[in-house]
Amino acid sequence: MNKDFVTSLRPAIILTILFALLLGIVYPLVMTGIGQALFPSQANGSLVHDSQGHVVGSSVVGQAFVSDRYFQTRPSAAGKGYDGLASSGSNLGPTSKALVARVRADIDKQRDAGITGPVPIDLVTASASGLDPHLSPASALVQVKRVARARGLPETQIRDLVNRNVDHPLLGFLGEDRVNLLALNRQLDQLANRRTGGTH
Amino acid sequence: MTFQGWILIFVFVGILLALTKPVGAWLFALYEGRRTPLHWVLGPVENGFYTLAGIDPTEEQSWRRYAVHMLLFNFVLMIFTYAVLRLQGLLPLNGLGYAGIGADGAFNTAVSFTTNTNWQWYSGEATLSNLSQMLGLTIHNFLSAATGIALAFALFRGFARREMQSLGNFWADVTRVTLYLLLPICFVYALFLIASGVPQTLAASVDVMTLEGAKQTLALGPVASQEAIKMLGTNGGGFFNANSAHPFENPTALTNLVQMLSIFMIGFGLTWCFGKAVGNSRQGWAILAAMLVLFVAGVTVTYWQEAAGNPVLHALGTTGGNMEGKEVRFGIAASALFSVITTAASCGAVNAMHDSFTALGGMIPLFNIQLGEIVIGGVGAGIYGFLLFAILAVFVAGLMVGRTPEYVGKKIEAREVKLAVLAIAILPLCILGFTAVSAVLPAGLVSPLNAGPHGFSEILYAFSSATGNNGSAFAGLTAGTPFYNSLLGIAMWLGRFFVIVPMLAIAGSLAAKTYTPQSAGSFPTTGPLWVGLLVGIILIVGGLTFLPSLALGPIADHLAMIDGQLF
Repeated sequence: MNKDFVTSLRPAIILTILFALLLGIVYPLVMTGIGQALFPSQANGSLVHDSQGHVVGSSVVGQAFVSDRYFQTRPSAAGKGYDGLASSGSNLGPTSKALVARVRADIDKQRDAGITGPVPIDLVTASASGLDPHLSPASALVQVKRVARARGLPETQIRDLVNRNVDHPLLGFLGEDRVNLLALNRQLDQLANRRTGGTH
Repeated sequence: MTFQGWILIFVFVGILLALTKPVGAWLFALYEGRRTPLHWVLGPVENGFYTLAGIDPTEEQSWRRYAVHMLLFNFVLMIFTYAVLRLQGLLPLNGLGYAGIGADGAFNTAVSFTTNTNWQWYSGEATLSNLSQMLGLTIHNFLSAATGIALAFALFRGFARREMQSLGNFWADVTRVTLYLLLPICFVYALFLIASGVPQTLAASVDVMTLEGAKQTLALGPVASQEAIKMLGTNGGGFFNANSAHPFENPTALTNLVQMLSIFMIGFGLTWCFGKAVGNSRQGWAILAAMLVLFVAGVTVTYWQEAAGNPVLHALGTTGGNMEGKEVRFGIAASALFSVITTAASCGAVNAMHDSFTALGGMIPLFNIQLGEIVIGGVGAGIYGFLLFAILAVFVAGLMVGRTPEYVGKKIEAREVKLAVLAIAILPLCILGFTAVSAVLPAGLVSPLNAGPHGFSEILYAFSSATGNNGSAFAGLTAGTPFYNSLLGIAMWLGRFFVIVPMLAIAGSLAAKTYTPQSAGSFPTTGPLWVGLLVGIILIVGGLTFLPSLALGPIADHLAMIDGQLF
């Protein structure tokens, strides 16, 4: 058995080195090379640029929207909110006092902004990643009134914009009805710009 | 629960059933050491590895030799990753300038990835350099998975061979599975992920100026290459802290479906491969049927509870199911389904935070792990764990009818039953023992985030996950303390190798036996009666052992939740 230990150390060590090179270096680098060549946008984070070429976000990752002029995001437990270096859920359990206090405070905030009726659950719960880019259509629609008031635009126009931005499940069953907030809020800005542009 | 949600669940199972035979046939070719169409590309790599390492792939190994070589290889791999993590600060590809990892943390992570657990006490994007992710972790994702499949092959040979002293060659099994199964699938899989929005770059991060004018730094890295093997090899260790909930790991509902399929694909195939190896594919389908009964039952409970939502939050004026810790793009059905898959297998990747599930919705993932992750299970580990239960089940059936039990042509005698019980007993010993210790020591009690029964659930989940080599967590628990890093590291090691060694001993003992043909007195191990017996044994062994601990944790939590009592 002792001799076996020593003789079988050689394959163990050499295979570790060979596999480390193949799986730890060659494989990721080859995938990086091919990925960068074939899908450069996605491979670098699906970044979204504004008209001046500045990076304003990623089309797949959420960012914080807290202003009344924008459709607001879900609460986030990633760092101080939507921290791209600290993804996390709240990890609060169903009977947590801290959870109830947080949800109650967020509901109060919505009520202050004039939202009546039941509050859609995703609007006041923290996502798993803290970087959720989406809202349910219901959670976006309850904000229409507030956004319209803050922007001085007709509610119907804002509601149409939300409805146009609803993504539906792939093949009817993959995923949920949802609204990408970065896309929606960018269009909201463009809407306002066009309007300002039109009046001059 | 919605109709759309159930369509997803049925489509998921349907696709896997369609893949079972093709994947199983490919696995069977590797099991037999046959040439595959990929040999003309990768054959020279395989032979080169053997030559450099001084391996004779045709050398047949006894169970002891197979076990020793497997242990040595895993030990060397663990030391390698320990060194990479400790030296991280001195190594390249460290764009965010992270320091080396401390001794207890590096020990925990090295054990964690060696044992296919991928328990993570740290937050990936805030702790590890890109080199550590690639070199330190990705190789384990391949090799711990390949080790699991090799071990399953060894056990299959134990059942299939007659009067032989050997179980195959460990080095050849591991190398072939890695080169001809895992690597080619990951190549295609990673490309699909990149195309869908998963980053694959050597850059560590990118700065963004948000619409509201704030600065947001997004962590990047070679994510797709690691993500592919993380799922396919049922490893589950995320590149990012939020794991498969992070939009960069799992950006769409389609990537989510593919990730779920890839957790189970090899496990489904291995049941077919087993049937083929023992000469009766109905034996494989019977195992798969028993697994699916348990799986669908688990999905139903979790989906039902999560869709029903949290009455405490409804009382505040909200409407909808439980969305705390869930992503809008997946919704409740795909989150509940993912949680049951990842714990039925020993994957441990998460696309929703199990800690924030409703009490009973979160109990099913916990219970799945405590059963030993034998419902499909981790690649290799699932089927060999399941076969241990099958040995117990034929033993119980034999006691009832008063005959020597047989399974797939082999007499099951005292030695095999003793070893199977030994392997199965390690789970409750580690899980309940370590949980009990942590629930009374001050060093254990500082870590739970939640108070009350849910805090106990967090500790119980951690030791279940570590011992079961799952790696998912009730992540509120602050696990990065020397106390938990050490105890959980030990639990992971015991939970992996103290199951494997008795299992290989059974394989060795079975291989030496003669073939016993099926007779009128044999208990048939293909029909519904057998499936029912298997499910019963699994639930009784699992249920009786763990029910008291579940009563203290999730069940008490549920009663508090419906009563509106908070902690």
